[in-house]
Formats: sequence, structure tokens, C-alpha cells
Amino acid sequence: MSVFKDSGHLFRLVALYAVGTLTFLGIRAFFVPHSFGQYGHYRGAAITEIAAHPIHFAGHQTCETCHADVQEMKKTGMHAQVSCEACHGPLAKHADDPSIQPAKLDTAVLCVRCHAASAARPKGFPQVAAAEHSNGLPCETCHKPHSPAISAGGAK
Amino acid sequence: MTTGVEGYMYPNEITLYWSVLIVLYPYITGLVAGAFILASLERVFRVDAIKPTYRLALLTALAFLVVAPLPLQLHLGHPERSFEMYFTPHRTSAMAMFGFVYLWYLMAVLTVEIWLDYRRDIVVMAQSSSGLKRWIYQVLTLGSHNISERALAIDERVGWLITLIGIPSAFLLHGYVGFIFGSIKANPWWSSPLMPVVFIFSAMVSGIAAVMLLYMLIMRLRREKIDMLCMDTIASYLFYIFIIDFSLEMLDLIHRIYEADESFRTLNFMVHTKLYFSQIVLQIFVGTLTPIVLLALTQVLKLPEIARKRIYTVAGCLTLIGIFAMRWNVVIGGQLFSKSFLGYTTYKMALATREGLLMSIALTILPLFILWVLVKLLPPWPEKVQSGTSAASAAN
Repeated sequence: MSVFKDSGHLFRLVALYAVGTLTFLGIRAFFVPHSFGQYGHYRGAAITEIAAHPIHFAGHQTCETCHADVQEMKKTGMHAQVSCEACHGPLAKHADDPSIQPAKLDTAVLCVRCHAASAARPKGFPQVAAAEHSNGLPCETCHKPHSPAISAGGAK
Repeated sequence: MTTGVEGYMYPNEITLYWSVLIVLYPYITGLVAGAFILASLERVFRVDAIKPTYRLALLTALAFLVVAPLPLQLHLGHPERSFEMYFTPHRTSAMAMFGFVYLWYLMAVLTVEIWLDYRRDIVVMAQSSSGLKRWIYQVLTLGSHNISERALAIDERVGWLITLIGIPSAFLLHGYVGFIFGSIKANPWWSSPLMPVVFIFSAMVSGIAAVMLLYMLIMRLRREKIDMLCMDTIASYLFYIFIIDFSLEMLDLIHRIYEADESFRTLNFMVHTKLYFSQIVLQIFVGTLTPIVLLALTQVLKLPEIARKRIYTVAGCLTLIGIFAMRWNVVIGGQLFSKSFLGYTTYKMALATREGLLMSIALTILPLFILWVLVKLLPPWPEKVQSGTSAASAAN
């Protein structure tokens, strides 16, 4: 019995650690959301919360129901695979209420996002040093954004 | 933005994200592991000659271990989020497992070993001191004042067992830090299975050198005689472990040169240009070869005590500089070259920012202040305890 008596301080240490562990588990139960780990290493409820967010993008099929002429023009050009809202931005509100007009785009700023010369882009991808190429003029002065090959008529 | 960039860098490689604080983190952790392994030599392997540094080594390990996560906290920001490591453990992420490796080493190894070793002194001081100190010691006794021979014998046995567990734990702690770098397969400067082993041995070297220097410094401040048998023994361990460490690093280097994979030319160029001073000059010549030669002199020549002391001081300081340079070359070096192998960037250390030079200096000094408090609270010197005991018996 004296072994237990003489090792009493060790039991106290173990008890202290046990209290610490239980306190931690209590704090953990309070702070960790209940749905954590439901599907993976994240909060399961986040999926329904995110799904409940309002939709900002209408999708190109919605755009094409009214803008079939633009769709026809796009089909023939290099931007055939570029979705409408990639350049025009999210337009679900405009699709719901056509009286809400999207902002006018500045092609001098917009086009270089993809077409500014950069060694990191694939070699075959059309790219220009904008300052030398257009001297500050908007790209649509010469290119049609919806079918960007040069044409005498300029932008449409 | 592109100042200091040569050749071609990918845009996300231009700025170094792992700053000097990430250099400091393995450096401090290494000092912890090294100091603990030195302490375990006395406890487990019964190297009695180094007994004078046993407790100092344990307290040094604790002081540095408390500071070890701070560079990470400062680097990442949002320290409150670090508890997520414990709340929602991510078992497949080595970085996320740090919390558990750290907690194990702090709570299951170091704190318990120090408590068991000091328990008798804590009980004596709880009885002999007054005021706030008495209150602190009373808390530390956990309400048990049993310091009978049998109780102390149990402490000794349990302490031995904890040290035995502590050795692989110290290897785990610092091996883990090496593993973090060694397992990044996208970075050829880091990706090497030798990395954890090199980190462990360099940790032992730096920890032993730090305790050796601290012991000599504290003895000087206390105007007490330095135990030269202890210093000679520690220096000989430092020498032998340093040789193993250097051999491993050279093995890694030779392996890289012989293998000469697609990254070799880029890394070779980097070592001869951007890392020339920190790697070739500081790490290899100043911080490794010089202390090894100096320590070798003390092994082969019969030098007078004063010369040995000076050599140990110089070799110890150079060792600490060399190991810091090694951490620097690993962490910063691994971010200086492009993964395209076509360009290099530059690391410009900030001065007074959250991750700047001043913060790094503060974090390096902070463990010494903590150690000072620990030494005041738990004196590692036997004579203090004896005087405490006599005071206690006088009070009784």
C-alpha cells in the first residue's frame, strides 16, 4: 500500500492531466460545429448555407434566349467558347429584369486581362504589349469583341 | 515589384513567403531537441561527468520550447486559429500534426521530467520561501509534500522512463521539422529523405553548443569555477556529433552532385552565387569546419584550461552561427530559385515589421529571459537547494 501512498503525487499529476483533457474536450464540443466531419474535413452545414446564397450568374444559355444575334456572331470567331459573363460579369439580375442595364465595358482594360503579353502564357495564344500595339486606344476600335478578327467595320 | 529577379520566375515565386521567422522556427526547435538529448545522456546513459549541466539543459529546452511556436504564430497571423489543430485534427497533413508533436513533447516529456526532477526542491522551497514564490511553489507541489526516500525513488524511476520516451520524442520533434521540408517533392532543394536525419544531428550539435555556452556564461556571471571535466566531455560529444552531422551533409551534397538531376545546374549556380556567403563561407567554413578543427585540437593536444575554455567559447559561438546559416540556406535557399529552373529571386529582409529583423532578434532573446526566470524559480545549482534545505530544517 505504501507504493500507492508514496506515488500519490503521480496520481495527482495524472488527475491534473485528466482534468485538462476533459476541459479541452468540453471546449472542443462547444467550439466545433456539430456538422463538422459529416462529409469530410469541413462543416457539413456549409453546403446548404452556400446553396442558399443568391445566384449571381445567369449562364450563357439564358443570355442567348434574348441575344441570339450575338450568339450567331460568336460562333464564327475565336471567342466561341468564351462564356458571356466571363467578360460582362455576373448578370442574373439583368436576366431577371432586363430594365437593369449592365455597365458599359472598357475594352482597353478588359481585353488585356487575357491578352497582355506574358511569358507564362502559351506561345500560340494571341497576346500583345498593349501600349505599343494600340497606343492606348480601346481594342474595340479595330476588333469586334464577339468575333475579334480585324474587320473594316470595327466594333459591333 | 520585380527588383532582384534574374531570369524567369513564375509570378507566385517572386516574393518569398517563408521569411526569416521560418528560419528561426527550426533553429529554436533544434536547440530544444539538442539540449534535451544532452540532458538525456546523463539520465539514461549515466554520463556522470555532464551532471552539472543536466538541469540547465532541461530548463534551456523548456525555455526555447515555449518560444518555438511564436515564429509560426507571427508568420501566419490569427493565433486564435492555431487551436483548430487540436479541435479538428487533420491527420493527413504533416503541418497540421505539429500541434500534437509539440504538445506531446511539452506536456508528456519535458514538463513531467522537470517536475519529477525538481519535486523535492519544489517541496523544500514551498516550505522555506514566502509571499508569491511560496504560492507558486505550493501550486507546483500539486498539494503533495511527500518527499520520502521511497517517493523520491519512484520519481527517479519514472523520470528515467520519461527520459527514455523523451529521446525518441526529441528525435520526432526535430525529425518532424526536417520531414516538413524533406517531403516537399516539388522543391528539389528540400526534397530529400536525408533531410530529417540531417536536421536531427544539426539540432543535437546546436543544442549541445548552446548549453555549453550558457553553462560557461552563467558560471562566469555567478563567479564560480567552471567544471572542466564536464566541459571537456560535452565538447567531445559536440565534436563527434558534429563529425556525423557534417558527414551526413556532405553525403547529401555528394549524392546531389553524382545524381545531377534536372535541377542540379540551377541549384549549383545558386550555391555559387546567391548562397555563396551563407552556405560556403558561413555554414561550411566558418560554422562547421572551423569549430570541428578547433574541437579536434582540444582532443589531440594537451591544452591548458584557459585555452580550452576560449576554444570552447569560440567553437560554440561559431557552431550556433553555422547551424543558423544551415537553417537559413534550407528555408530561404529553397525559395530563391524558380521551379522553371530558369531564374532566381532575392530575399530582402524587412526591419521593423511583424516578420522583420527586429522581431527575429526579439524572439531569439526571449527564451533567454524565460530561462532567467526559470533559473530563478528552479535553481539548477545544488548548493542553492542545500541552503534551501538547511533553511527549511532551521524553520522546522
